[in-house]
Amino acid sequence: MVDRLLRLCTCAVLFAALAAPVRAQSPDRDWSDVLARARGQTVHWNAWAGDEKTNAFIAWVGAEVERRHGVKVVHVKLKDTAEAVQRVVAEKAAGRDGGGSVDLVWINGPNFLAMKEQKLLYGPYAERLPNWRYVDTVRKRSNLIDFTIPHEGYESPWRMAQIVFVHDSKRVRDTPKSVVELAAWARAHPGRFTHPSVRNFLGATFLKQALAELAPDPSVLQRPATDAAFAATTAPLWAWYDGLKPALWRGGTQFPENGPAQRQLMNDGEIDILISFNPSEAAVSASAGLLPDSVRTFVFARGTIGNTSFVAIPYNASAKEGAMVVADFLLEPATQARAQDHRQMGNFTVLDPAKLAPEDRRRFDELPRHPALPSLAELGTTLLEPHPSWMTRITAEWERRYTH
Amino acid sequence: MFAVGAFALPIAAGVAGTLAPAFGFLPAIGGHALTLDPWRELVRWPGFVSSVTLTIATGVAATLLSLIVALAFAAWACARPWGARASAWIAPVLATPHSAFAIGLAFVIAPSGWIVRAVSPWLTGFDVPPDVATVGHPSGAALVLALMMKEVPYLVLMIAGASAQVPVRESLAIARSLGYRAADAWFATVLPRIWRQIRLPVCAVLAFSLSVVDVALILGPSHPPTLAVQAIRWFADPDVRSWFPAAAAATLQLAIVVAAIALLLGVERVAARLGLARIEHGRRDGAGGTVAAAGATFLALLVALAGASIAGMALWSFASQWRYPDAWPSGLSTEGWMRRLDGLASPFATTLAVGAVAVAVSLALVLACLEFEQRRAKRGPPPGLALLYVPLLVPQVAFLFGAQVLLVRTGWDGALVAVVWAHVIFVLPYLFLSLADPWRALDPRYARAAASLGAGPWRVFWRVKLPILAKPVAIACAVAFAVSVGQYLPTLFAGNGRVPTLTTEAVTLSSGADRRVIGAYAVLQALLPLAAYLAAASLPERHRPRRRGSRS
Repeated sequence: MVDRLLRLCTCAVLFAALAAPVRAQSPDRDWSDVLARARGQTVHWNAWAGDEKTNAFIAWVGAEVERRHGVKVVHVKLKDTAEAVQRVVAEKAAGRDGGGSVDLVWINGPNFLAMKEQKLLYGPYAERLPNWRYVDTVRKRSNLIDFTIPHEGYESPWRMAQIVFVHDSKRVRDTPKSVVELAAWARAHPGRFTHPSVRNFLGATFLKQALAELAPDPSVLQRPATDAAFAATTAPLWAWYDGLKPALWRGGTQFPENGPAQRQLMNDGEIDILISFNPSEAAVSASAGLLPDSVRTFVFARGTIGNTSFVAIPYNASAKEGAMVVADFLLEPATQARAQDHRQMGNFTVLDPAKLAPEDRRRFDELPRHPALPSLAELGTTLLEPHPSWMTRITAEWERRYTH
Repeated sequence: MFAVGAFALPIAAGVAGTLAPAFGFLPAIGGHALTLDPWRELVRWPGFVSSVTLTIATGVAATLLSLIVALAFAAWACARPWGARASAWIAPVLATPHSAFAIGLAFVIAPSGWIVRAVSPWLTGFDVPPDVATVGHPSGAALVLALMMKEVPYLVLMIAGASAQVPVRESLAIARSLGYRAADAWFATVLPRIWRQIRLPVCAVLAFSLSVVDVALILGPSHPPTLAVQAIRWFADPDVRSWFPAAAAATLQLAIVVAAIALLLGVERVAARLGLARIEHGRRDGAGGTVAAAGATFLALLVALAGASIAGMALWSFASQWRYPDAWPSGLSTEGWMRRLDGLASPFATTLAVGAVAVAVSLALVLACLEFEQRRAKRGPPPGLALLYVPLLVPQVAFLFGAQVLLVRTGWDGALVAVVWAHVIFVLPYLFLSLADPWRALDPRYARAAASLGAGPWRVFWRVKLPILAKPVAIACAVAFAVSVGQYLPTLFAGNGRVPTLTTEAVTLSSGADRRVIGAYAVLQALLPLAAYLAAASLPERHRPRRRGSRS
């Protein structure tokens, strides 16, 4: 009951926050001002660069935005989003409150929370974007609530992510339906499964997925973790992991650094099942020659964790208007349809098809198909991300238990 | 020596900027009081003991093994006329950045890598790759191997340079007439005399191996990693409080390097005693010959691995698909290169520009130093010259963080100028080391003859010295350019991540991206310095250095 009340309050606050600026000024004139000021600006978009398809998409976005709005985009390639956070922190430390080096950052979860808490973000700006009206805020609640934290317009969504598992159908016949079955499969096929390093968001999310299934009371995951709740809730997780670890690739002593490294292992024939945050991973990678054509996708019966990727603008960005133009372009139906095309990037849209004009809806209906591409129905239930404090604690606890 | 000071000072400031937060002082992120908390946090980190052990073990092993192999090879080569030419063969290895080799080696030695592919499944029966660790093995063996691939050739060239200044042929001839075989003779008569000159390069190798970041990122264990990598991880943590343990780790890294160098100097005395005892004993058992042959074999193996590493990456860059257990890609095409040309162009241009400017600036400073030294006349090398070696001995992590704060404060971070400056710090010492010997060895009679014909010092410099020394200058520039191309951490810190070069891009991608893309970056990374080296090496030789000994 308290929980529901709390959630209602959050929603009310959120709506107030969303409504206020719209009422305050005429949105169209406001936006044409933004466009005018954006022209000629250069946006340094700090984005994790470990995926060539995404890099190519970002390059395409840059070309389009420059052509249409005269805004130049420079992709600052990161190994880890934290690098961008660190840069803004360093600039604030040095007293550089304007003319900062980061204009736009691909972000979510703990990095977002860190920047928001330290007041390193510009905004709220998301609801000022003309294309915000198409965003699905009802069924895709992660578009508003980032790892249980309402983003209050300090970031704008650009693509959906949901945990899926990719397997080589030539080598894996019966796909596991839960983390418990997955551990059993791994024990029956020692060394043929691994997960990305727990320091990597995908590795941490794998543990969160297991926690969501194994926790005695999953609802506590939506609140900040306390010492008592953490011990009780994660006890079954560690018991499960102790049973899984020896059966992992390299006996659980080594882990791929990130998702693409894990994919390379599958392409090298070292593992048979991989975890991905992109439901189109199998289709995208098979078409690109990065995985065998025999790969297929599966999810768990009780659902898998999903979240939204956002873009945020640091408080000291030099090209705030240009950054907003890019954020808005990312929400355009045509851009979103291209992003979802598995030949391009293959990330499911953050938009609500029902809100789109018929010709825009058709863009999504007419996207090419692929045998490894799951339908929305096959993707099943999306589980919500736990509060970021769980991820931080799980990562620390995992390091404590398994680092020697 | 103003130039030298200008580069030593920022390093001192950088080290100070790292030391302060190591003891809790960094007001910008709320550290106002001096405290040992960062150290407590560092020591409480679960991987602390393993990480420090790993750091010391890999750094010391890489240095000792490299030194042994290099010395053994030198002893082996001294008696063979084409041994000297072998040095020319390994020079291209020297020009290729560490990270390019590391990336290639990761593919060659992986359980699903090239070596296993070549013999599977027909010979090994491995339908799937064996589940054993090579890359990232907790022992750090792969890291040691990759470091040796670069450090052995470097030491071999340093030894060759030092040998040119002692009468090697005569020494060997006398020792052999006393019944020593060639290798034994070399160990007994040449090594003691060149040690003083290769001591500093060995210290540089030790400092580098203990604190290397890019190679350790690619090939080292990650759980826990070496201390330098862990420091970088903490610096990159979204929680800025991690900077405190990061600074502590960087400071500890510095302490480890200082202690290791001190230890090396201690071991040197013991080794000298033992060696002297052996020489006095007059043993002529030919043991040196066995060591020398083993060293030469090992070097050949390292060069072969180096070649395979780059060839493997070149092949990957043209592969359409290349799956285990195929020993060869299932298809080759230039399509990948065409598609990636746009992405490659900008880091390529940046690498070229930064390298060229850094080398030009360094060359001007080095030539100024050398001219100044000669015009001071017979007073020997000017004081303060030792400071030049500071960048080669201080671990990069120990001062780059402090330097970055400095750059951000002055607003220079992320500027191309800052990156060039950071590169000059590392390019300058190498340029100086490569150029000082040929410059000092130039027969002074050329200059005297020109002066007697009425040429002033500047005219002698431009019209006599430079043209005669054109080739050594060009080769020194090529070496310096290779150093610039290979810089990872300085580019990352000074460029604030916004000045991507081939090396930073390749290392970033090496964490898991498509190997076909990584291959393209690694190949360009290797080709660029190689092209510079070949261009320099193709210049005609115009001087005969004044030599006291033979060149063998």
